[in-house]
Amino acid sequence: MEKANADKYVQLEHVDMTFHTKKGTFNALKGINLNIKEGEFISIIGHSGCGKSTVLNLIAGLLQPSEGLLFCAGREIAGPGPERAVVFQNHSLLPWLTCFENVYLAVERVFSTETKAQLEARTHAAIELVGLSHSSDKRPNEISGGMKQRVGIARALAMEPKVLLLDEPFGALDALTRANLQDELMKIMAKSGCTAVMVTHDVDEAVLLSDRVVMMTNGPSATIGEILEVNLPRPRARLELAEDKEYNHLRSEVLRFLYERHAKKSA
Amino acid sequence: MTNTTVNKIMPTAKSFSLSSLNTQAYRFFRWVLPPIFGLFLLVVIWALISEKTPELPGPIKTWASAVELFSDPFYDHGINDKGVGWNILASLQRVGLGFGLAALIGIPLGFIIGRFEFISRMTAPVISLLRPVSPLAWLPIGLLVFKAANPAAIWVIFISAVWPMIINTAVGVGKVPQDYMNVAKVLNLSEWKIVTKILFPFVLPYMMTGVRLSIGVAWLVIVAAEMLTGGVGIGFWVWDEWNNLNVEHIIIAIFVVGIVGLLLELILTQIAKRFSYE
Repeated sequence: MEKANADKYVQLEHVDMTFHTKKGTFNALKGINLNIKEGEFISIIGHSGCGKSTVLNLIAGLLQPSEGLLFCAGREIAGPGPERAVVFQNHSLLPWLTCFENVYLAVERVFSTETKAQLEARTHAAIELVGLSHSSDKRPNEISGGMKQRVGIARALAMEPKVLLLDEPFGALDALTRANLQDELMKIMAKSGCTAVMVTHDVDEAVLLSDRVVMMTNGPSATIGEILEVNLPRPRARLELAEDKEYNHLRSEVLRFLYERHAKKSA
Repeated sequence: MTNTTVNKIMPTAKSFSLSSLNTQAYRFFRWVLPPIFGLFLLVVIWALISEKTPELPGPIKTWASAVELFSDPFYDHGINDKGVGWNILASLQRVGLGFGLAALIGIPLGFIIGRFEFISRMTAPVISLLRPVSPLAWLPIGLLVFKAANPAAIWVIFISAVWPMIINTAVGVGKVPQDYMNVAKVLNLSEWKIVTKILFPFVLPYMMTGVRLSIGVAWLVIVAAEMLTGGVGIGFWVWDEWNNLNVEHIIIAIFVVGIVGLLLELILTQIAKRFSYE
C-alpha cells in the first residue's frame, strides 16, 4: 500500500480540459494519464500552445479539469494547497513588497501557528538557500531577472511543499543565468527531496534536470505523446554530460519527437 | 578609426560648454515663456474688453482692489460681512467634510464593487443613472432632509465627489493582474491579506486619480452650491458682491477659486506621487 502510494504520488486520470471562451469552446487537453513518483523530477515539454502550462495549472489546482480526476498524495486536488507550491513563469513577485516580505507572505500563511521569530527564521533560511541574503530588503524592481526568479523559488520552497510546480521558470532569463539557476535548482532539489513538475520548452533543460521527460503532442486536444526515462546518474554535471553518449542520445530523442514526429506546422 | 573619432571630438570640446549653456537657456525660456505669454494675453484681452465696457473693471483697478482686500483678509463685521480669508476657509471646510465623507464611503464601496461581480452588476445601473445628474439637483433633497443650508451644501459636495472615487477604485480593482490573484490563490491568502497586500497597493494609484478628480469636481460645485445656500463661503461672497455690484471683488473671487483649486490639485498630485510604489 505504502509502495503503491509512493509510485503514484501525483496522479492524473483521463484528464480532459475544455475552455469555454467567447470565440467558442476550445479543447486543450484530451485523455492525459500520468503517474508521478514521490521525489521524482518530471519535465513536461512541447511546442508552445500545446497546453503544458494547463497541465501544471491543473496540478496546482488553479484550474479544474472538465473531465477526469487529479490526485496528490492520495487525495483529490480540489484547489490550490500549500503542499503544492508554484514557481511562476514571470516570477509574479509583488512589486510593493521587499524580497523578504514576498517570501514572508507565503510562510506566514502556511505556518500560521508559529511565532513571528520562527516565521522570520524560515524566511531568512529560504532566501539564504537561493543565495540572496544580501538583497532580502530590496524590492523586485531593484534586482535582476535571475534574482527575481530566485526569490520566486525561495517563496515556493519556504512553504515546504511536497510538490514543486515550475512553469517555465527560466524561460525569460539569459542563457548563462539560466544555466546557473538550473545547477542550483538541481542542488536544492537533491537536498529537499521533494517531487517536482517543470514545464519547459528547452530540450537541454528537460534532459539535464529530469528523471522523466513527458513529451506532449500539439494542440488542440493535446495529449502525452511519449515519456522518456532519463537514467543518468546524479549529481549531474553539465560539462561532463555535454560529451556523454547517453545524454546526447536522450537529447536527440526529444528533438526527434519535437521536430520530426510532432513538428509544429507553420509556426 | 579610433584616432579619427578622438580628433573629431577634441576640437568641439571647447565649444561644448558654451553651446550647452545656450541650449539650457533656450530650454528654460521655451519652458517658461509660453505660460507667461498666455497669462499676459489673458490680461491684455481683459483690459481691451474692459475698455469697451465701462461696467467691467480693468486689471489695474481690480489689482488695487485686491491689494486692499487682502490687506485684511480676516476681519469680521457680523454674519454677512466677513473677510475673504474667512470665506475661503468656510468653503474649504465644507469641501473637506463632503469630500472626506465621500472618500470614506466611495473608496470601500469601489473595492467591493471591483471585487464582486454580482455587486458590480447590481450597482452598475444605479451608478449610471445617478452619475450624470448635476450635483446641484440634489440640493433641494439635501435641504428637505437636513432642514439646514450647511449640511445640504456638504451633501451636494459629497454626491459630486463620491462617483469618481467609486468608479476609479472599482476600475483599479478590476485591473489587478491575474498573476497576482494566482499568487494569492496558490499561497491561499485570506481575503484580508488579499485586500491589504495585493489589492490596496495595486489600486492606490487608481484611487488617487479618483481622489484628484473628486476634489476638482467638489471645488467646482462648492461655488454654485454656496450661491444657493448663502451664509459664509466663497460662492456666497460672489453672489453678495454681485448684489452690491462690486464687480472687482467678483473677478478677484474667480482668481481665488482658480488658485485654490490649482493648489488642491497640486497637493494631491504630490501625495499621489509619494504613495506610488514604482
